[in-house]
Amino acid sequence: MAPLLDVDSLAVTLPGPRGPLPILHDVSLTVDEGELVGIAGESGCGKSLTAQTLLGLLPAGAKVTGTARFAGTDLLGLDNNGWQRIRGAGIAMVFQDPTAALHPMLTVGRQLTEHMRVHLRLDRRSATRRAVELLDQVRIPDPERALRAYPHQFSGGMRQRAAIAIALAARPRLLIADEPTTALDVTVQAGILALLDRLRAETGLAVAFITHDLGVLSALTTRGYVFYAGRVVETGPTGALLTAPTHPYTAALLGARPHGTQAVGTLRPIPGAPPAPGEAPPGCPFQPRCGYAEPACGTVPPPLAPVAADRSVACVVRPHLEVTAR
Amino acid sequence: MTGLLDISDVEVEYRSRGRGRVLAVAGVSLDVAAGQIVGLVGESGCGKSSLARVAVGLTPPSAGVVRFAGQPVTPLGWRRRPDTEIGLQMVFQNPYASLNPRRTIGAQLLDGVPATVTGAARRDRVRELLDRVGMPTTAAERYPHQFSGGQRQRLAIARALAPQPRMIIADEPVTALDASSQAQVVNLLVGLVRDLDMGMLFISHDLALVHEIADITAVMYLGRVVESAPTRELWRNPRHPYTRALIDAVPRIGPTPRLPATLAGEVPDPANAPTGCRFRPRCPHAFAPCGDQPPTLDLGGRSAACWLNDPTAAPATVPAN
Repeated sequence: MAPLLDVDSLAVTLPGPRGPLPILHDVSLTVDEGELVGIAGESGCGKSLTAQTLLGLLPAGAKVTGTARFAGTDLLGLDNNGWQRIRGAGIAMVFQDPTAALHPMLTVGRQLTEHMRVHLRLDRRSATRRAVELLDQVRIPDPERALRAYPHQFSGGMRQRAAIAIALAARPRLLIADEPTTALDVTVQAGILALLDRLRAETGLAVAFITHDLGVLSALTTRGYVFYAGRVVETGPTGALLTAPTHPYTAALLGARPHGTQAVGTLRPIPGAPPAPGEAPPGCPFQPRCGYAEPACGTVPPPLAPVAADRSVACVVRPHLEVTAR
Repeated sequence: MTGLLDISDVEVEYRSRGRGRVLAVAGVSLDVAAGQIVGLVGESGCGKSSLARVAVGLTPPSAGVVRFAGQPVTPLGWRRRPDTEIGLQMVFQNPYASLNPRRTIGAQLLDGVPATVTGAARRDRVRELLDRVGMPTTAAERYPHQFSGGQRQRLAIARALAPQPRMIIADEPVTALDASSQAQVVNLLVGLVRDLDMGMLFISHDLALVHEIADITAVMYLGRVVESAPTRELWRNPRHPYTRALIDAVPRIGPTPRLPATLAGEVPDPANAPTGCRFRPRCPHAFAPCGDQPPTLDLGGRSAACWLNDPTAAPATVPAN
């Protein structure tokens, strides 16, 4: 069966003040129906731009090459009308900051039903009925009352759940969640993760979950991609990826997080900083910060090559990596 | 024991139209000794930032007192801070807001260098400060926008270090940063405490991070410290159900996906805080005595405000966690 989303060799170049800036290089990824896929990396690594490409939200002047197919539709060939049909009803998105994503002066009910009336052609009564169901599904207490409430009357966690309900209003098959829990407290985050997992199980929703938190990646997703400087550097089943990484960058990210072992000062920062777009060195982009770099790393960017069943890594050295249990 | 920083029975009250009186901090006592890192964890709205502002003297408490090196901290006003209180400095969450965008880093660092240091020694001090936070000397000539978020936070730390403080209050200092710069800044702060024998109150909503670096951890819920213990013991054997819920909600890395445990309900509005134990409506162990506010019980080197720890109130069958 063909994957629901199939992105192949995607490259995106944005116009910059001093000429075009290549942001994404040769990104390939797939999401199956009902699958929870994680996309990890630091800010500026291109994970959010990938999401924008898949929703046709790139700024004017962006150059895109490669292919992106969603349920048989070629996304990169869509015109405005085509995008209107995909957005919301095919692919929907949830953003990091629900306060910015929700309209402050419209009731939650209005924002929920607007979608359904356009995409699902529901009349007012059935749209309201579905809105109540959706709010109930995302566990917002007293949904009838919540419909008449404004976003500021909700707590942060409720707002994000309302944003998820709105994203789901037109029955999308793929939800792209871009750091949806980063601004939330751990207990609220736990609720959102449980909600996404339940929606997948109950409705077959596929979720592409973008996060910089490897703990979240591990807790929720079954397959993951690690991005660095606009490239996928490693991919595989999330559990294997994070317990036995094969790319030095994945291992370095793991080392930089709190271990929960109460050994003071064991955070191992990654030296330096990721390269700015257009300033990546020739060869492997991680090579200047990598403890295992060899001369071979400086020539061409290593391609993503299979290392085991379902696992690929873009590293020519493939050092033996020590990972402490946590 | 009284520490270098001694927060005692502090209350912070806000009055706002329509909501009436909101007790954001409802009687908190905390000590921080020299060379010690005390972590303060809690979720948004629990009052931890209000407490930080009071602790550093940015706002006056509505009740209680904060002492620094034995002297009550005077709330900041138009007058110059007393020399003794210059030893108490703060690092804020957002280095984009805490540095002046229109002045060079060097000029901003010089503001903090004591007036007793004169002449060429002032320039030397700036160089030392930049060196201490791992930034090149050339940074002094540059402006904040020329640095990344992590670098800017290191510069904000250098600014806080300029008057040679004995105590730093860091309010979510790494929340805005990426994983790798987070680790750099945290290691810098921990190194400073150990090398310079400073005290640090490290405020964060990131339990795993506090667990990594703090000697003592205090957990706040709705304006109260519900548990305080040496970090390792707190993590291994929490004595308050809220602490347990926080620990269980941290997502872990493992070979198969495992969702973190969820906690029922929402954090109540502090203007309408529940009577008795404020965690009661969400607590899986709530029982009759919880209708009364639990006292902070001394449990030998640690404390918790939960009736489950009181043998006279708790039935023996209810596990403490």
